[in-house]
Formats: sequence, C-alpha cells, structure tokens
Amino acid sequence: MLLIPCPYCGPRSEEEFSYGNEAHIPRPKQPDKLDDAEWAEYVFMRSNTKGVFLERWMHAQGCRRWFNVARDTVSYEILAVYEIGAPRPELELRRDV
Amino acid sequence: MTQRFRLPEGGLIDRAKPLGFRFDGTRYQGYAGDSLASALLANGVHLVGRSFKYHRPRGIFSAGAEEPNALVQLGAGARSDANMRATQVDLVDGLTAASQNCWPSLGFDLGAINNQLSRFLPAGFYYKTFMWPAALWMRYEWVIRHAAGMGKVPDARDPDHYDKTYAHCDVLVAGAGPAGLAAALAASETGARVILAEQDGELGGALLGLDETIDGAPARDWVAAARAELEARESVTILTRTTVYGYFDHNFLGLLERVTDHLAEKPARLPRHRLWKLRAKQVVLATGAIERPLVFSDNDRPGIMLAGACQAYVNRYAVKPGSKAVVFTNNDGAYGAALDLAAAGIEIAAIVDLRPDPEGPATERAEAAGLPVLAGHAIIGTRGDQRVDQVRIARISADGASIVGGAGEGAAQTIDCDLVAVSGGWSPTVHLFSQSRGKIRFDAELGCFLPGDAAQATHLAGACNGAFGLASCLQTGFEAGAQAAKAAGLKPGKRRRKIQKAPEASDDGFLPARWTWLVPSDRPLGQGGKHFVDLQNDVTAADLKLALREGYRSVEHVKRYTTTGMGTDQGKTGNVNAIAIIAETQGRPIPEVGVTTFRPPYTAVTFGAFAGRDIEDLLDATRRTPIHAWHQRNGAVFEDVGQWKRPWYYPKASESMHDAVNREVKAVRSSLGVVDATTLGKIDIQGKDAAEFLNRMYTNAWSKLEVGKCRYGLMLGEDGMVMDDGVTARLGEHHYLMTTTTGNAAPVFGHLEEFLQTEWPELEVRLTSVTEQFATVSLAGPNARRLLAELTQDIELSANALPHMGLARGRVAGIPARVFRVSFTGEMSFEINVRASYGLALWQAVMTAGEKYDITPYGTEAMHVLRAEKGFIIVGQETDGSVTPLDLGMDWILSKNKDFIGKRSLTRPDMLKPDRKQLVGLLTEDPAEVLPEGAQLVETVLAKPPMVMVGHVSSSYHSPNLERSFALAMIKGGRGKMGQRVFAPLQGGKTLACTITGPVFLDPEGERLRG
Repeated sequence: MLLIPCPYCGPRSEEEFSYGNEAHIPRPKQPDKLDDAEWAEYVFMRSNTKGVFLERWMHAQGCRRWFNVARDTVSYEILAVYEIGAPRPELELRRDV
Repeated sequence: MTQRFRLPEGGLIDRAKPLGFRFDGTRYQGYAGDSLASALLANGVHLVGRSFKYHRPRGIFSAGAEEPNALVQLGAGARSDANMRATQVDLVDGLTAASQNCWPSLGFDLGAINNQLSRFLPAGFYYKTFMWPAALWMRYEWVIRHAAGMGKVPDARDPDHYDKTYAHCDVLVAGAGPAGLAAALAASETGARVILAEQDGELGGALLGLDETIDGAPARDWVAAARAELEARESVTILTRTTVYGYFDHNFLGLLERVTDHLAEKPARLPRHRLWKLRAKQVVLATGAIERPLVFSDNDRPGIMLAGACQAYVNRYAVKPGSKAVVFTNNDGAYGAALDLAAAGIEIAAIVDLRPDPEGPATERAEAAGLPVLAGHAIIGTRGDQRVDQVRIARISADGASIVGGAGEGAAQTIDCDLVAVSGGWSPTVHLFSQSRGKIRFDAELGCFLPGDAAQATHLAGACNGAFGLASCLQTGFEAGAQAAKAAGLKPGKRRRKIQKAPEASDDGFLPARWTWLVPSDRPLGQGGKHFVDLQNDVTAADLKLALREGYRSVEHVKRYTTTGMGTDQGKTGNVNAIAIIAETQGRPIPEVGVTTFRPPYTAVTFGAFAGRDIEDLLDATRRTPIHAWHQRNGAVFEDVGQWKRPWYYPKASESMHDAVNREVKAVRSSLGVVDATTLGKIDIQGKDAAEFLNRMYTNAWSKLEVGKCRYGLMLGEDGMVMDDGVTARLGEHHYLMTTTTGNAAPVFGHLEEFLQTEWPELEVRLTSVTEQFATVSLAGPNARRLLAELTQDIELSANALPHMGLARGRVAGIPARVFRVSFTGEMSFEINVRASYGLALWQAVMTAGEKYDITPYGTEAMHVLRAEKGFIIVGQETDGSVTPLDLGMDWILSKNKDFIGKRSLTRPDMLKPDRKQLVGLLTEDPAEVLPEGAQLVETVLAKPPMVMVGHVSSSYHSPNLERSFALAMIKGGRGKMGQRVFAPLQGGKTLACTITGPVFLDPEGERLRG
C-alpha cells in the first residue's frame, strides 16, 4: 500500500487514489490528421517501464485533483510529484535497477 | 486430572486458577497461563495428531508459531477453528480440542497404511498418478482431499464479529523479546509514538522460557520493569496477542490482534479479532529466531522436540516434557536446555553432540553438572510407536557423511528415553524483512539466512539479525530503537529514566556449531527410516534428492514438487535444512540455491478480520430515493442498480411478475404511468465554455441548443466505444444539466473531470454532482399532460409552449419544479424535478390526482419493455464496451463538423468492417417463446457445439402491446440480413428459430411522444 504525497493534501494512503496510467501523453490537437497507426499509438500503447515511470494519479477520495508522480516501478519509491502540465522532473536515473 | 508432569513449583502459571478442558473427548486440567500444548504435556499427552501424508503419529514439537505438528480443531459448530497451533492457543476454561487428520481415531488410524505403502508414495506422487484421464480429475481430487484434509470448516456462518482499525506511529516494534523491549524503551525515550506488537500474551519473548539473568537479577524482573516503564509512557501502545503478519509497501503493515480468544467469557462488545492497518514511519524488527531441528532417521516421533521448546515448557509452564531425555545438538544452545531439564528433575541420559570437540562455558557447565556428553556422535535411528522409547547412537566420521564402523547394528549403542531434545541451530525470523523486499543473505559461520540490505525504513534488533546472545539482543535493541526514533525525526530524550542502557547479560550458549545438514544413519537414505525435513507435509530428505534426480533444480520448483515448506507452517522449522540438503546434493553453495519467497501472512489471519464490519448491510452503501418508503408500502419488488434500490415491479395481491409487468406496460401505453427516475445521474455544468465542453465530450453538436431545450447525447471513450448516454438540458446561457444512466453517474463524472483537468484546463467549466439533490417523478402516457395540467397553474403545457425536448420551470403541486419533456418510453412524458426533500410529497400528489386516470406506478422491468419496444438502447445491455454508435445504427448522432472524444477511432479499419455485430430486432417464430437474454445465435444448427455463432440476444421480453415476444440482438452484419432466419440453440436441446427485423417495434414515426 503506497503512501502517495498528494501535492494538494499531503501524504495519503493509496486507497484514496485512482490510477491514471502513463503521464505526458497529451491528446492530439488534430486527431483527423493522424494516420491509424499514430492514433492507435495514442489510444492504446503505453510503455511498461522497469525503473522510473512518470504516471498520473487522482486523489479520488480527497481533493479529486489529478497530478503526476515519478515512481520507481522496481522499488516503488516515489521520487517526485508534480502538477499536470508541469514539465518532466529532472531526476537522477538510478542505475541499480 | 492429575497433571502428572507438572513441576511442583515455578513457571508463569497461576496454580490458583485450575482450568478444565477436553482433548479428543477426554477431560484434563491445566492452569491459567498454560497454552493448550503445555497443558497437554502436563498431563503426559504427546501424541496430538497424524501426519498429512503417511498418517504417522505426531507430537508437540515446538512451543510457538513454528509448530508443524500440533494442529488441532478447536471448539465445535459455528465457532470451530481448524489448524490451530496448540502451542499458541491460550488455555481457557471449558476449551475443547480435537486431533485432525486421523480416522477412526488418533490412536488407531486406518490412513497409517500409507506409511507401509510409503515407497509407492514418493515425491510428486499425485502429479505422477492422477494424470489420466483428465476427466476423472474431479473425482481424484475429492478422494485426495478427503484422505488428506487437515481440519474441518465450521458448519455454519461465523457468529463472532470482527473489527478493523487504522493506525499511525513513529516506530513500530515487532516482537517484545529482550531486543524488542529494549528497542521500544529506547525509541519511546524520545517521546516517539511507539507501537510494540507481540504475538504472545506475555512480553519477554525467549526470556519467558529461559533461566537467564540481567544485571544479576532474574531476567523476568527486567521484563516486568521494562513493561512497567513502557506502560507509564503515554506515547507507547503495547499490543499483546498481536501478530505483525505482513510488511507491505511504504512501511504499511498488517497486524492481527486476537482480542477475546483467550477469555472464557467473551464480552459481546469486543470483537473477536481486530485487524490493524498500520503505517509506521520506522519499523524495528525484533522478531527473534526459530530453532531448527536436525534431519536424522525417524526424527518425527512424538517425544522428539526442539530443545528450546523443552526448556520453555520447563521454565515458563513448569511442565516436564519427559522423564528421561537424550539431547541431540550441533551447537552450544542445547546445553542450556539440558541443564534446565536436569534441574527440573528430568534424567539426561546423554547429550549427543555432532561436534567432535565441543568446548566453552556451556559445555563446561554441563560437564560440571555431571551430564554425560557423547561428542562426535549422532542419533542414527529412533524407536517407539506412539512415543519415542529408544534412540540408537553412533560415532560419525570426520566429514559427517557416514557413521564410524559402517552399516550394521554393531556400530550403534541404544539408549532408552521418552524425550529427545533437538537443536540444529537457529534460523532468524526474517519473514517480515523479506516481505518488505529486503535482501536475504546466507551467513556461513552462523549457518543461517540473515537480513541484508533493507528496502524500506527498517531497523533490525536481536536474534532476527543474528545477534543470538542475550547481551547482544539488548545492545542491538537499544541501538535500533534509538536509531529508529532519530530517523523518525525525534530528538534524543532528555529525561533520565530507570532503564535506558543495555544492562549486563551473557552472550553464551549459541555457537560454534557443526553444520551436518543430513545426519547419516546405518542404512541407506530412504530405506528403513525416514529423515523428515518438513514434518507437516511429510517431506523427507530422500524426497528432495528424488526431485533433484528427476531434474528439478530451482528451489522454488523443488518446493512445489515435493511440497516442502508449504502448509500452515510454511516451513518455519524445515526450510533451511531443505535448502542446505538441496545445495549439498547439487554440490552448490547454499547462497546459490537461495531461499523460497516469504509471503504474508506470517501466520494465518482469519477471514473475518479482513472483512471486519464490512459485511451484510455495511458491505456497501445502499442508496434509496426519497420516495423509497412509498414504494415499500405499496409492495414494490426492488432490484439493485449499482448501489441504488429501484422498484422492479409492483405486484398486486396474487400477481406474478409477468402479470404485473404486463399491466404496468399496458397502463403506460393506454393511460398513465409514473416512474421514480430519481436515480438517474445528474451533473450540473456551468461556465462560459460549457457548450464547447459538451461539444468535445458528446458525439453530437451542442452550440445551437437553445436555452430551455433538451438534447439526447451519446458519449464515447477515446476508443470509439459507447460509454454512456442521456439527456442534457440547457438551463441558462452558461448552465446545463446533464443526466447519465443510473449506474454510470460516478464514472461519467470522473471522465468529465479528467478531461477538464488534464487536457483542457483552459476551459472555464465547473462540474457539480447533483444526483441526490433532486427527486425525479416521470409521468408517461396519453394522459400525462392532462394530469400535469391539474397540478400546475404557472406552466404552459401546450405542444407549442412545451414541445418534446422542451423544459419549463414553475410549480407542480405547489412545489418549485423543473419539468423536462423527454421520453424514454415512446409515450408523451414529463420528468418533474424537485428538490429531493419534496420528492415524496410530489409523488403522493401525483398519485392522488392521478386516480381518475388509473395512474399506475411502474418499475424498471416495465420501463425496459417500453423502451425496447421503441428500440431504445440501454448502455450496458445492448452495449458492452465493444459497441460503437455505428454498430447501433446511430450514425445520425455523430457530428461531422467537429472533433469529439472517440471520433477518430470510428474510422479505424476495424470499426468499418461489415461483419461487426449490429443492433437488430428479433422475432421468434413462435410468438409465445421468449428468448433468454444472452442466448447465442447461429445461422446453421448442428447436432452439437461447436457451431458458428453470429451474434447474441441483448434484450428480450414479452410485450402486451405487440401481444407477442420480441427481442433486441447484436448480429454480425445484422442490418444487411433483414428477414433472414437465425437460430438460438438453448441448453437442454431446444432450438428457437427467429427472424431478423429492424429494432423499432412500435410507433416508428414517434407520433405518440410528440402529440
């Protein structure tokens, strides 16, 4: 059970959150300009990262706000939380994973 | 009743409180402070069970959580508990227990024939034998389970109640032995919030069973002082009879507190067990160590016990586990046990030590006490039917692989005894550390697996980290506690307390050891005697070697094939021996073989504790509309729609469901029906960009919807699949009210929120869930307008003033209301929304005024028939997450002039395939037959499956208006197959022939609803 530091409410138990998968996959501005493969990439394809993964969470039973989390999928360590729309955090990538 | 083996004095039992109990029907007596195991031993009862596979007699083996043998069935009836470790069951007055896994009785067990047949029951026996034919597996399984069953499940539902609690602390200390107590003292010195959890009813851990001194006084005095000190500190919570069973991510731990099991009278206000869901800033593991048996021939007879356990029975419970003992050891530890046993009046026939030259303080004390030591010797066999009565002993070779003098009786001497106290060294209890994903490493000198690098905020103290001696336990405990408090952000304590430094104690009594993992015998392994590695699962050293010969290499595979380390004890005593024997056989170092995974729970957790209070009515919220009481009074049968209770139909007197639904459906079409539509999800949408937002979320266009008008909308996922539908009304310039299907209100709200927050934060839109703020009473039928006109003065109801898809505000029955002219039935229909608190008043007013039209309340079933007659879909019934608007024939609702969520997916090649399932109507050739919903449809009927399936029935009813059955179905390329026949082959051999039709069965022009 992760302890997730909601940027708006503080640390709360994973039970209070819902998961939103990979972050930084913006909806294409002009979907009709994409070919089928490009569109499928957006809709269906997500990376399956071993190591630092940037993902979205929503504090469903708290402030109901979405935010981004940098989490190590091996150690489950949460390395950073940041607002939706903020740039990717500068993280020292761990080499031991 | 005699307690023949109770010592005249000593122990932590209360001789003033005798307790009666029964085991296998026989009455016995013990004392308060006894465990069931100690009370049985006090009465000379060693034989307590039969082994799992061979049904060999088995006795009490340990004095704690590691017990592999003494599993009993406690109590009877609904409160019966299976597989309870007698070593951890507190004795209470009137307790009843029964042995398991034996038939017809413990003393005479027919299953013991398996022992004679054991050469035919090798490792992997079940895998090898019951392979063919596969169809018989169910039968095999029944026989196997019947023969092998451990305990019995209770025969009725659990009458006890359980509870759950959440807690936070600075430092959790797991285990209240000397290390844990020291850690708790040091941590709480700083004012840290400390929770000290101990699985036993008493604090002290191993000290309870030892005759040790601390600062020159009995160790128990130090324990009592430590407890008093901790209890005096407000920030400390002591939980006894509480097992830390699981160590999860981010220092989240599960604890099981057994609240009333030890009480003869259980107060009704208390839960039986309480589950603690604990988040600790820092954790100190002081979980101790578990003594390991030695693997020698026939090492499983009752009366063969762990040396430390014998010591605990003598010191803690004042029980003599035997009269004449042989102590068998590879290390110093058992000497202390031998001395304590001798002091209690048990004759020590011999200390058989695998080491050729044992020396040190422990051996010196034993020799000084005149105990006979046989160095460089081993027990090579045992005898005794239901209790050990003799051991055979021989000198072993320098490499430990054979006995000196070779095979044959001549090399061995025999000693009569009724107790064998065994010590094969100690295995640190690294279970929780490993669960926390900390690394485990093998320490060759200590001969055990130790914690390595921690993965979480974990500190280690005492024997679980290889600090076996008492002085080291205290020292590391104080250090770990102080470190943990500091890491939790607390400053070192300034207060001077009585106990704050590690006191003086001895570290004697453990190493060095000689690691002879498999003790040789005078017979080849597997012939004659059995070298048990796992007592609970009857796995022998020969089984392990056979598995390796058959090609298994990974310890995880050997475990699963032989079942070693499985069962209720999860190999707490046997695993390290098994790993070492595997390593030796493979010629690999032990670290290379590795350990099997430690998984939670450490010991079993009652399902009741996980459920806690979340059962029956409290399992989930039940939502009722403000009109619910009326529905109940008027005989409604309810159905669950999500969390909501909705009237399904309202049977009168002796009406069947079929009759009631027919009556309700006819009433709506012929005069007037009323339905409670309060449960529909309602989302209030406001802001200057609300219309733009709706444009993006719905498939159709919203910019031109006038204020005061409603529109049906369809919502897709980005994959193009139908997600929800409903009517949205424009209440004002920047104000909309969206309705969703009853079950989808929360997901739709979440979907809207997600896009607003993550994709289009620039849109000025605010969402508010108002589902429960309004009650909705929906009138439907040719007389709907007439009735409404009688209830309102200020709303103009003419077709021009309030047309289909119009809305109006005013008073209905004197109540401020919004009236939406929308229809889900195909009849003229008015949905009256009032504040929820007025819902029942409005409903009653409508029912009273509607009497003259024979107003008929209808439920969800009639509603479904009515909408299906019109070919209206229900999301979740016609759709299942793989259905697009094109599949439903709803191209008309897809805007070509704007983007919307899911639009691009609709032109993916798969979406345009002509053989996708499409919505059609279906009429059975026999109008009396109603197709079952979910029935698969085929074009060609064969004698038996498999057949090529072309679709399925999604909705199916009898219609009193059509005077026949009808159905909606999803059929591959269905719209191109009008008039064709398909068949529904049903279970039982009946096949219904049907004709494909359009999905609208009634009033295709919609004249009835416009009127």
